[in-house]
Amino acid sequence: MITVQNVSFNYPDGPQVLHEVNLAINDGEFVAVMGENGAGKTTLVKMFNGLLKPTKGTVKIDGVATQKKSVAQMSRDVGLIFQNPDNQLFAETVAQELGFSLKNFGFSDEIIQKRVSSYLHLLDLESYAATSPFVLSGGERKRVALAAILVWDPKHVIMDEPTIGQDYMQKERLRNFITQLVSQGKSVVIVTHDVEFVAECQPRIVLLSHGTIIGDGPATRILTDQTLVEKASLKMPQIADLMNRLATDHDASREIIEVYAARDYLTKRIRKATELAQPRRGIG
Amino acid sequence: MAAISARNLSFKYAGAEKPSMEGVTLEVEKGSFVILTGPSGCGKTTLCRCLNGLIPNFYSGELTGELEVDGVKVEGKSTAELATHVGFVFQNPENQLFSLSVERDVGFGLENLGVPREEALERVQWAMRATGVYELREKAPHELSGGQQQRAAIAGIIAMRPNILVLDEPTSFLDPKSAEEIVSVIAKLGHDLGLTILLVEHRLDIVSRYADRVIVMDEGKIKLDGPPREVYNDQARLIGIGLPRVTMLAHLLRKDGINLSNPITVEEASSEISKLLNK
Repeated sequence: MITVQNVSFNYPDGPQVLHEVNLAINDGEFVAVMGENGAGKTTLVKMFNGLLKPTKGTVKIDGVATQKKSVAQMSRDVGLIFQNPDNQLFAETVAQELGFSLKNFGFSDEIIQKRVSSYLHLLDLESYAATSPFVLSGGERKRVALAAILVWDPKHVIMDEPTIGQDYMQKERLRNFITQLVSQGKSVVIVTHDVEFVAECQPRIVLLSHGTIIGDGPATRILTDQTLVEKASLKMPQIADLMNRLATDHDASREIIEVYAARDYLTKRIRKATELAQPRRGIG
Repeated sequence: MAAISARNLSFKYAGAEKPSMEGVTLEVEKGSFVILTGPSGCGKTTLCRCLNGLIPNFYSGELTGELEVDGVKVEGKSTAELATHVGFVFQNPENQLFSLSVERDVGFGLENLGVPREEALERVQWAMRATGVYELREKAPHELSGGQQQRAAIAGIIAMRPNILVLDEPTSFLDPKSAEEIVSVIAKLGHDLGLTILLVEHRLDIVSRYADRVIVMDEGKIKLDGPPREVYNDQARLIGIGLPRVTMLAHLLRKDGINLSNPITVEEASSEISKLLNK
């Protein structure tokens, strides 16, 4: 469990980035942290593995305050995948990149080998095992960075902007992957601007604006709230926007944000409207 | 004269097993707004790298075919020569900005090209006004928001007066509101200055309304090419293109036997569906 209690933060001599943030994330929960550029999203998640320590308040991971542990100790439990994979990658081959941390954590060679090959497979990186991460495309490097963290099986997985540079199919894969992690009881936190991705995953959304939490709840509620969406410089997902427009004139449901749900709903409504429009045929 | 004219263009990176781009033939009309999309590794970045001479100047490999950009044969030209014809804007504006003020950043490219001081000053002012960063000219890039940074980066590029602007996912680091604003700035520049815009993008939701044409690449080849409404079909979906969600919804509703066209914006979809609900 990740607990954030009355947390404020400012960089030395810098402006205050977070104000009195309170938040609890359970194991097996999937949370998207959203908000405008500079809202404090990345600062907040960097607190989760102790990279940054609050200037006021406490962050606890499974009951232990991050102040009491080093980043190295914390990272065993909290895997943080950076926005820019180049901040994280350094090994000569993709396989070495995945094995590096396991070696540091003292796993045996046999286990390292097994784990590395299984995660290369999971993230569709097998053909790159002996390749340098630096010749791969941006999207592929992001997958290597993700694999290099997941390989040590952290309890909490934090991803900063995981969908940037990923095409549609890879996003679908990422979505399935997150579902798997969550079903294993891990908490997964993503920082993202990608409203369409979020509309499809429908996680709990924590909405930050200017360092304060201005909304916290299910995606169907947060992303359909015009005022909140505006305030955090977001846009409604297309389907939410469409349903919102239809709601005004046709009393349509406002809490639909995803394509397949919209299809079921609209197909029924349109069929009904069309049937009513048909001239009635007399019976006998 | 076409802005971009490629004939049977192919490229294989040194050491690669197969070509990253194969037999690309393409004419892009001057002043048009073109989206280039396709799954990762489809060859779109390779094509862009040819347009500004990064291929073959900085990436070695086998390049065949012919390419003319802005009426200039690319073969044998340096990237500096090409920079006055084709401007490049990247994903992350932070990679493009480094000076102490916006004004100096915007002028940096011109300085390198050896443009006389008077003219450079004038062009910098013009570029900052055109992109709406004039008021921010004395700020350091790190003091700007992501959207402002990207506008400053675009100003630095258009100051060099290229006729063609190539943008590689210029909105992916921005929040949705700033992203929308950047795309409309790009469309306006294209329209007002008659620039040809080639926009590489996965997220078609916000860009489609501005596009005259969408080119879909897959496995190094051009697979689909036409106005967005025509290109966003079942084949595009099978290639793995993330269609705008309202277009996707219309596809599904048509499968359910509902009579709908192929809307590409929320406004279009809303007005069509609204009519059906009113029956």
